[in-house]
Amino acid sequence: MAQILSPLPGTFYRSVSPDQPPYKADGDAVAAGDVIGLIEVMKSFHEVRAETAGTNIRFLADNEEPIMAGAPLADLD
Amino acid sequence: MLKKLLVANRGEIAVRIIRAAQDLGIATVAVYSAADAGSLHVQLADETVNIGPPAAKKSYLNIEALLKAARDTGCDSVHPGYGFLAENAAFSDAVTGAGLVFVGPSGDAIRMMGDKVSARSAAAAAGVPVVPGSAGRVDGLEAGRTVLAETGFPVMIKAAAGGGGRGIRIANSLVEFVQAFPQAEAEALAAFGDGGLYMEKVIGKARHIEVQVLADGSDAIHCYERECSLQRRRQKVWEEAPSRALSDGLREELCASAVALAKAVKYSGAGTVEYLYDDDADRFYFIEMNTRIQVEHPVTEAITGIDLVAEMLRIAGGEKLRIRQGDVSVKGHAIEVRLNAEDPAKEFAPFPGQVAELRIPGGPGVRFDSMLYQGYQVPPFYDSLLAKLIVHAETREAAIMRLIRALNELRIGGLKTTKPLFLALAADPAVRAGDVHTRWLEGWLIENAATLAN
Repeated sequence: MAQILSPLPGTFYRSVSPDQPPYKADGDAVAAGDVIGLIEVMKSFHEVRAETAGTNIRFLADNEEPIMAGAPLADLD
Repeated sequence: MLKKLLVANRGEIAVRIIRAAQDLGIATVAVYSAADAGSLHVQLADETVNIGPPAAKKSYLNIEALLKAARDTGCDSVHPGYGFLAENAAFSDAVTGAGLVFVGPSGDAIRMMGDKVSARSAAAAAGVPVVPGSAGRVDGLEAGRTVLAETGFPVMIKAAAGGGGRGIRIANSLVEFVQAFPQAEAEALAAFGDGGLYMEKVIGKARHIEVQVLADGSDAIHCYERECSLQRRRQKVWEEAPSRALSDGLREELCASAVALAKAVKYSGAGTVEYLYDDDADRFYFIEMNTRIQVEHPVTEAITGIDLVAEMLRIAGGEKLRIRQGDVSVKGHAIEVRLNAEDPAKEFAPFPGQVAELRIPGGPGVRFDSMLYQGYQVPPFYDSLLAKLIVHAETREAAIMRLIRALNELRIGGLKTTKPLFLALAADPAVRAGDVHTRWLEGWLIENAATLAN
């Protein structure tokens, strides 16, 4: 199992905008390089990508949750 | 006079407002999110209220939580600062509806100036020059051709339903215009479900010049202009007053037009009328009116000696304007630079973190408006403005020398900031000559950004 960690402190978003579906749902397969969420830092947005592929992603951070750099965002099998 | 003020903001502007209120003997209530419990504005206020979690939507933008904090602490007034809810007409209405004083204009005035079309109409009706263009929507190519008589070339064709730069085409000649117009129509229809277009003259090389006004609902005065032509992504980074680009005659005309607009809309409080100034044509055009105190207000305070935030509070407390136009005069030159937690060498990437070391510049003609203190943890949830360094001197040249001196005194350890940008700009021949326009900095950054290491 791998963990996807937040590269930055800020606010975590699971979709590109509130009216869009999340990038990934719990249980989805993920390819290396897939965007799994956004971190908003001081009003600028940064994509979070999976570094490795996995068959099952489970999110640990909620949408709009404030997070610290290095905080786990999701588990990946 | 107001008795107790809720400061509905954070950061340096909350500190600025608390200071002005305390100078006037008005008690202050700071509000803060869970991320700001250790902030300077919380330390300085007489009372504090936690209004929610870090996300601005759940705290500083939460009208219900703000009104409850004001009620629970017995406030008679609310100052919105800038950003957040400062230009939210519904917030102004809600504060007034709760029986409190909103330190700013009415919801109706905010609404009128917040809508591009109604603001442009109000300005035109008050005799303020607007960017030449169509009065409203342009009905078809033939109607578009008649508007060309006013705009000339290049002309911008914009989707009426567009925004954020989308749906814009520029035509440099009649041939291009005849081609571009139907394309823009089709594009607007496809993108926005609405093919409506309007047209505006393209002002190629323009300066951003804005006029500070103070008004009490019937009378209005101006406090002269600021020039804010150094911008990156439409964000001002360096502001100064007065503008050296204007002749005395045009300056009087510009400032009088801002007063005429403020009077025409029965404006109350501090406001800023923004213009584009076309050097080549020696003409100015209204862009918009900001119905709040602005980040760069200290440069006006430096050259006029007027405490704009204190005047806002007095006006909100029911006083008439105390200052007559004839009493406002310009002394010297002032420059403000915005120190942001951003790394200018890395495309201005945000850089939240802890202030490991802080040395604040001082001495004659130096002002430092900030919420920083040693050990302060800059949260990642809000904008990146850390501090504003304002210098004032007899001349522009002397102000630039003083800016360099003060920047060298300043030390913010542990963070990357925009300080290297301002040292480089202060040494640049074009900046020294004042030979800049609103798109100048972005071009300069392409050449020079890599050299701006902290």
